[in-house]
Amino acid sequence: MGSVVSFFERLLGTEKKKEEERYLRANDRPFNLSFNYDNNAIRTSKYNIFTFLPLNLFEQFRRLANAYFLFLMVLQLIPQISSLSWFTTAVPLILVLSITAVKDASDDINRHKSDNQVNNRTVSVLINGQLKEEKWMNVQVGDIIKLENNQFVTADLLLLSSSEPLNLVYVETAELDGETNLKVKQALTVTGEMEDRIEALAAFNGEVRCEPPNNRLDKFKGTLSLDGHLHSLDNDKVLLRGCTLRNTEWCFGLVIFGGPDTKLMQNSGKTIFKRTSVDHLMNVLVLCIFGFLACMCSAMAIGNAIWEVREGSVFTVFLPRETGIDASLSSFLTFWSYVIVLNTVVPISLYVSVEIIRLGNSFYIDWDRKMYHTKSDTPAQARTTTLNEELGQIKYIFSDKTGTLTQNIMTFNKCSINGKVYGELFDFSGQRVEITEKTQTVDFMQNPLADPKFIFHDQSLLDTVKEGDPEAQSFFRLLALCHTVMPEEKEEGKLFYQAQSPDEGALVTAARNFGFVFRSRTPETITIWEMGRKVTYELLAVLDFNNVRKRMSVIVRSPEGKLTLFCKGADTIIFERLHPSCNKLKQITTGHLCEYAGEGLRTLALAYKNLDEDYMDDWKQRHHEASTAMDGREERLDELYEEIEKDLLLLGATAVEDKLQDGVPQTIEQLAKADIKIWVLTGDKQETAENIGYACNMLREEMKDIFVVAANTPEGVKEELLNARRKMCPDAADEPEVIKSRAGLFWLKKTEFVQDEKVDGEYGLIINGHSLAFALDKNLQLELLRTACMCQTVICCRVTPLQKAQVVQLVKKYKQAVTLAIGDGANDVSMIKAAHIGVGISGQEGMQAVLSSDFSFAQFRYLQRLLLVHGRWSYLRMCKFLRYFFYKNFTFTFVHFWYAFFCGFSAQTVYDEWFITLYNLVYTALPVLGMSLFDQDVNDRWSFQYPQLYTPGQLNQYFSKNIFVRCMMHSCYSSLILFFIPWAAMQDTVRDDGKDIADYQSFALLAQTCLLVVVYIQLCLDTHYWTAVNQFFVWGSLAAYFAVSFTMYSNGMFLIFSSSFPFIGTARNSLNQPNVWLTILLTSLLCILPVVTYRFILIQLQPTINDKVRYKVREETLPAPAPRRPPRRRISTRRSGYAFSHAQGYGDLVTSGKFLLRLNLKTRPALFSQTDSPLAESQPQHYRTIPEEREEGKSPTQEEASVE
Amino acid sequence: MGKVKEKPGPLARRPDNSAFKQQRLPAWSPMLTANTVLPFFYLMALICLLLGVWLLLTVQSTHEIKKDYTDLGTCQLCHEMRKDVSNANKPCSCRVDIPVEKALKGDVFIYYGLRNFHQNLRRYMDSRDDGQMLGRQNKLKDPSTYCMPFRKDKDGRPIAPCGAVANSMFNDTFILKYHGRSGPEVVPLLRTGITWYTDKNVKYRNPKTQENFTLAQEFNGTAKPPFWGKPVYELDEHNPINNGFINEALIVWMREAAFPNFKKLYGVLHRAQKPFINGLPVGNYSVEISYNFPVQYFRGRKEVVLTTLTWFGGQNHFLPIAYLVTSSLIFLMAVGLTVVWWKYGKGGKNMKA
Repeated sequence: MGSVVSFFERLLGTEKKKEEERYLRANDRPFNLSFNYDNNAIRTSKYNIFTFLPLNLFEQFRRLANAYFLFLMVLQLIPQISSLSWFTTAVPLILVLSITAVKDASDDINRHKSDNQVNNRTVSVLINGQLKEEKWMNVQVGDIIKLENNQFVTADLLLLSSSEPLNLVYVETAELDGETNLKVKQALTVTGEMEDRIEALAAFNGEVRCEPPNNRLDKFKGTLSLDGHLHSLDNDKVLLRGCTLRNTEWCFGLVIFGGPDTKLMQNSGKTIFKRTSVDHLMNVLVLCIFGFLACMCSAMAIGNAIWEVREGSVFTVFLPRETGIDASLSSFLTFWSYVIVLNTVVPISLYVSVEIIRLGNSFYIDWDRKMYHTKSDTPAQARTTTLNEELGQIKYIFSDKTGTLTQNIMTFNKCSINGKVYGELFDFSGQRVEITEKTQTVDFMQNPLADPKFIFHDQSLLDTVKEGDPEAQSFFRLLALCHTVMPEEKEEGKLFYQAQSPDEGALVTAARNFGFVFRSRTPETITIWEMGRKVTYELLAVLDFNNVRKRMSVIVRSPEGKLTLFCKGADTIIFERLHPSCNKLKQITTGHLCEYAGEGLRTLALAYKNLDEDYMDDWKQRHHEASTAMDGREERLDELYEEIEKDLLLLGATAVEDKLQDGVPQTIEQLAKADIKIWVLTGDKQETAENIGYACNMLREEMKDIFVVAANTPEGVKEELLNARRKMCPDAADEPEVIKSRAGLFWLKKTEFVQDEKVDGEYGLIINGHSLAFALDKNLQLELLRTACMCQTVICCRVTPLQKAQVVQLVKKYKQAVTLAIGDGANDVSMIKAAHIGVGISGQEGMQAVLSSDFSFAQFRYLQRLLLVHGRWSYLRMCKFLRYFFYKNFTFTFVHFWYAFFCGFSAQTVYDEWFITLYNLVYTALPVLGMSLFDQDVNDRWSFQYPQLYTPGQLNQYFSKNIFVRCMMHSCYSSLILFFIPWAAMQDTVRDDGKDIADYQSFALLAQTCLLVVVYIQLCLDTHYWTAVNQFFVWGSLAAYFAVSFTMYSNGMFLIFSSSFPFIGTARNSLNQPNVWLTILLTSLLCILPVVTYRFILIQLQPTINDKVRYKVREETLPAPAPRRPPRRRISTRRSGYAFSHAQGYGDLVTSGKFLLRLNLKTRPALFSQTDSPLAESQPQHYRTIPEEREEGKSPTQEEASVE
Repeated sequence: MGKVKEKPGPLARRPDNSAFKQQRLPAWSPMLTANTVLPFFYLMALICLLLGVWLLLTVQSTHEIKKDYTDLGTCQLCHEMRKDVSNANKPCSCRVDIPVEKALKGDVFIYYGLRNFHQNLRRYMDSRDDGQMLGRQNKLKDPSTYCMPFRKDKDGRPIAPCGAVANSMFNDTFILKYHGRSGPEVVPLLRTGITWYTDKNVKYRNPKTQENFTLAQEFNGTAKPPFWGKPVYELDEHNPINNGFINEALIVWMREAAFPNFKKLYGVLHRAQKPFINGLPVGNYSVEISYNFPVQYFRGRKEVVLTTLTWFGGQNHFLPIAYLVTSSLIFLMAVGLTVVWWKYGKGGKNMKA
């Protein structure tokens, strides 16, 4: 496209010279205009009114099929060759072109609309010393504009000044790079001094020299010269279009790049066009058809040469040759004539019809109420309308975890305090009661600080706490003290916790509701309200969490002066450090933990220890030394921590539920039954991922083994993968079998294929990010693939977005299978783009994933409907369509081929030219569309009941090269019948009044009527789902055929256009003859009955799964809705680790004063927007962009105001 | 994609609950089951059998006599003579004897048949001007270029009717004689009423400029096709209104045959007088042929056909036999299907999964 545009621009002479350097002066429009920089209007539309026709036509003729038909039309204009009138090609071509043009035009109108909408947004611009509202598109380079909080950045700006101290601004860049954390930009001090003084800004006349427009988001180089001083500019001083201003009251900026020059626009427009495998197959087939056409035409040409020599030369008396044309030239011309006659093997309407069918099926997805999420008012959306049938062929699903499988909501569900279980309900007989939405919840209204959203069902726990049970109180005290949560209390009593992991938030909230309200903290103290009483604890130390320790502790001094160490962490770790006196409690608690783990809950063990003052002083001293030591600091600290965290006293355990989205386990079970493999790729921690794996039934206790690959060296990873594979499949060859073949257009594409290997039993594989990095290496990737594909379930944790895409690509490359990636966050974008089909979960973490996805909906569970119903139907319909379409066109064309042997290979057509013109466009268009828009083998409920119905799609069973060849054979048979039966019946026959009926025109009419009837009956055989529309289309088209025929063969048409309608009277004189109808009946019987026989025998001998299900549908009425099994209770030996989406390093920050202040004021959204993005996790938002030398003197009130 | 309806409320974007949009349109889902397929096959076999028998009886009731006269008897001489182009205009006639052993009852139709004459060549078929034969003045004087090279004669006069089709018109004439007890007697033939009504009345018309012009005057300034002996307005010497473009023999010829072997209607027995009121009685007949049409160039054959007709048309055994064969095929298929179904599919045993 770009080349076309530039071509036309060159034509119009408007192409600009390449910009070397951008030079602009603030507040000087005339000066800046002299450079002809683009203003801030954007144009994503391709055409305008004048360029639409030429550009669009040019675009369309770049498609092979259209160009081919144009070429045909040119051929038809050569009289020596023209075996068909020009209109036979022109009419369909024009129709096809105009349908596409209308679609393109409507797309472009939409783009125009959205462009207009963006261009007409208003922003305050400083013009002539005054701030004026101006449309975005009128903003010029060099203008100074004012942005306010939560506004979109209008253009690429040089930040001049801001409301915030130190001229900082905060921007969200999600639309630009997908990162949801806030970024900080800082203006030059010299410009920042202007603040919002309009007169100063209006007088500002700095000159900027900078790089020309480019698409590098992270780089900017330039200088600002102001009053003779040069200031260097970098990326930190530039606000890019596409960002949103956050937490900043206002800022001023100087427009550097506008509209198309902005980095956002420079980055856009690189969307990859995804094409389905059916598309690829279709292209290959069309090429094959071209080859086949050439063969047929050559055969005809040879036949013509022979005929011309043997017969034609003696017939020249009656039909003299045209001057200069001898037998060999005539045969050459015949070749081209037959290219025209037989052109219908390359179906002109194929592509258009395919587009229409896909569009229709996309609409069904949009319209589906069962994929509409009521809570968020989000319908499903097919954002790409060209991939539908691929949905019916998915073999691998790559799913994100957080926000996709889970809701990213943690709830405090159960706990075990001092050996007693809370959170479960029992009836009077001691039977456990299922907790449903209707179950009575505990009323926390007595506690004014309670979180109203917190739900708990077990009243006994609250009673226990209220009764003053010391263990229960300590339990919640621990939860209220031992964490890194930040409180925010804008209004008295309205507490808001900013937890950096939702688990912690859930625990602290639980404590809050049970009467231990964490209220505020300073670096040295923590204030909580214990049962309505304010208690301030002195915070002596935070022994922070890290991956090795898997625990965190705080040491606090109560107002009474008691020193206590509170510790929470992974049970295995805690249990090692318990005081022997807890052994009995440990046993009981272990039992509880196993139960929790079996339910897929995340567990933590809680313990405490009283410390004595002297020891603490000593320890603190040593701690101070260690933490200031220059070398070996980490080790020394670890030792100290180890030393103090021992002989703990067990309090109990918590169980937090990482809430799955509704219906996730069922969906996964269904998809597994449909033989779809699901891989979870998450940025989350191994334990968390494993937990979810169990919770949603991907990992099961019954699995023979679950391998964990977590080595840190390539050798180690290889070893572990090999071991896993050997265990699963001991006798597999060491070297993977790679089948290399070629595919695609001209067989240019090399493909490699790794076969699936059979494995007994079910296995699971968990691999972490480190190991994955090694495993994705060239040498190891096949090993990884083999091992992973042997497993039922694969979970990759701690993976980066890039690795997600790499995994998808690996499977795509070596499995030649159709992949689907589903995710909700910006970190899933890469895999969504990499997979054949990307699905975005809408309405949660922002729109990034949705925007780059092909389909989107609100809940993971809709995936089964998308695949098992819509995908399956789309695939079925598309394949039926293609099979039928090729059949009808080949049959149509082959009849010409047989006729050639009777007409001296003279390229005489069998049918009337008008019939040739209208066959694909009118007579057969609607019935086949009706079939391919409405057909369903069984309805959606049965599709769910038998997910196995999905497998034929994965195996390409409905349409492939083989089936195409079979179609051709079938066509060949049909065409033989369709030609030779009428031939034999008519050749020596006359009408009942002795007049002609064996003439060409009557024969043409007979042949075309036979063809049409046979083709309709074939369609009826293929249609499984007869709606009123189908009936209407079929009967209507048949009626239309006769109506059109009688009209075109009528006196009037002939008298007006005598040369175009020479078939006058044929219909009347021929269709009133009984032998004509008897011939039609005979051809229909002979064409159709063998097909029926074949199909019937197939159903009897090898019924497919479809046949079986359809048989069941006939036997029964409707499938009984599957009984909703209550989730099984399992006692698991597996226990979760410290299953927190927790990052190391927060303890220090909590205790650092600087952090507290800043955190409070600025970076909350960035810090606590929980994503499972490894980026966000592995580099905890370290306030890295905030300069260290922050002045503390600013009055808090002023800053408070700037927080939203 | 997907228009969002602008309606307020929490469910603003909920899709409509229509059967069409939810793909729940009521529908009929037929399936190939033994209950439908097997009876259908047997029924079809029966129907085809009945049709076949009926058609066979019908066709058997017609009577057809074919005589290839290309080089038969005295026509041998003419055949030899026509091999030489220089003799093209020399008349030659010959006689072929046709014994009728069984009376041809009812209407009797006389056809001329040609073998290996390709009226269906594309260039041949195109070489005509329907506009001219519709009597359009402009086309009469300036025929379509499709008629090349029979568009204008050497003197530049337009040829009427132009084109290869008209030029190659079959121009043998037959006189059928009945050799009865009272000596040879010419069998009266109708040379009109042998064309499609639409052809005679719509598709072909003579040019008409002035009320009082004779046909010859209308064709003034045009030339006859080079192979013709007579101009178009003198084609039928006996019946002046059967001349010009609406000459029925011409119209019959102009309706091009679909295949290289064809027969065209020459005339119909005029059953006005004895002994032909009931058709052709048994006896000896002969055809006097003025042998003009050369077939030796293209290795063709000529024949004359006398036949009676039924509602089913002429004597074509193909359809009856085809129906009988099809009937037996269907029956065989039906039996085969029944066996297969009995063995594998009865009671849905193949569907147990």
